[in-house]
Amino acid sequence: MHIGIDQDTCIGAGQCALTAPDVFTQDDDGYSTLRPGREDGGGSPLVREAARACPVGAITVSERVG
Amino acid sequence: MTDTDTNTETANPVAYPQDRTCPYHPPAGYDALRATRPLARVTLFDGRPAWLVTGHTTARRLLADQRLSTDRRRDGFPATSARLTAVQGRSPALLGVDDPEHRAQRKMVIPEFTLKRAAALRPRIQEIVDGRLDAMTAQGPPADLVPAFALPVPSMVICALLGVPYADHDFFEEQSRRLLRGPRPEDTREARDRLEAYLGELVDRKRRSPGEGLLDDLVRQQLAEGALDRDQLIAFAVILLVAGHETTANMISLGTFTLLRNPARLAELRADPALLPGAVEELMRMLSIADGLLRTAVEDIEVEGHTIRAGDGVVFSTSVINRDETVYPEPDVLDWHRPARHHVAFGFGIHQCLGQNLARAELEIALRSLFERLPGLRLAAPAEEIAFKPGDTIQGMLELPVAW
Repeated sequence: MHIGIDQDTCIGAGQCALTAPDVFTQDDDGYSTLRPGREDGGGSPLVREAARACPVGAITVSERVG
Repeated sequence: MTDTDTNTETANPVAYPQDRTCPYHPPAGYDALRATRPLARVTLFDGRPAWLVTGHTTARRLLADQRLSTDRRRDGFPATSARLTAVQGRSPALLGVDDPEHRAQRKMVIPEFTLKRAAALRPRIQEIVDGRLDAMTAQGPPADLVPAFALPVPSMVICALLGVPYADHDFFEEQSRRLLRGPRPEDTREARDRLEAYLGELVDRKRRSPGEGLLDDLVRQQLAEGALDRDQLIAFAVILLVAGHETTANMISLGTFTLLRNPARLAELRADPALLPGAVEELMRMLSIADGLLRTAVEDIEVEGHTIRAGDGVVFSTSVINRDETVYPEPDVLDWHRPARHHVAFGFGIHQCLGQNLARAELEIALRSLFERLPGLRLAAPAEEIAFKPGDTIQGMLELPVAW
């Protein structure tokens, strides 16, 4: 799974980290970032929910091909 | 198809806003709006027409659409009361500012409102909650839960966070009340001016000797570096102080009332406190205390067969949106076993509530502690006689007589 976060769009609402705390966190400025080692989502079923919870659509999720 | 083709345009428009008949359900007068999702035409208090967004998917799309402006000064910006019209000459910081300026403003304060920061504040929130329950139980029963608990808890929390002296709470709570509820338009204007004067003096004191708090940080950094001028910093302070306590206070009072009116649900929650985070989300969805988010279109927007024209007023009825039965089956039932997520009680898009993580922490701690500490908590007056707020402001209880 490939997870993209557009930090220029992120507003630091923290909804991704609230929904999928094992994968997403907030950096020192409050913007969304992936937890080290979880850049591929770590198999969490909540990643897509987290993307849908983002109020500004800053998170994209795609299945890695190949 | 244009809007004139549809019955939403030609049918008698529903009046918006209306007063609730039960404080935790939308007004019965909004029932017709459920049949015409996702958009309706409504008539505002001053007779002006506006679009009312009522469907969940459409609401999420439009709240994230930056062709809708939140700048109160724009021609055609809708108002839901004469009070709002009285203060529309200026637009509040953050929630009344469009991007890119909004983004720069929000960036300055995001670090204070992250999940980590809310988690770090939990012990302090617990102390405040315990202190208010100590004071309330020392004096009662009975008690009015609004002044004894629901209002002082978030007021003390936001004071600690901002660096505002809680000793001044009588003043700023009263001015916040007048700002949000008037009743006269001149009350609202005067309350805003008084809050600005008070916070201006506070900012000046902090310039001379900064202390601990978000306002102190903003004085030391943004004001010193010129990223904010004094007036802008005061506008920030007003919005953070008012939004920081009034909204959460209403959720505590109305949430408590709702749980006491749903005793089977309350018993379930008491037996399993792990249900609490989900219960808070469901209460947020069901109560939708900030109904009527306001925008105006700056370009024509085609949506669901309608054309919202540039200059049209657009109002989001969170109470109707959050009861969209295509997203929440049996939407009028309080049920935290449903996933209540994706509700728009905190808004959506770039203006989604800055303080939502703090609000969740406060609500969880306040409700858990209240019901744990007072197992016999009950209403001390007939439910239908307890006064709640009119429909043109943030919803909540005006009083909440309780015994235990």
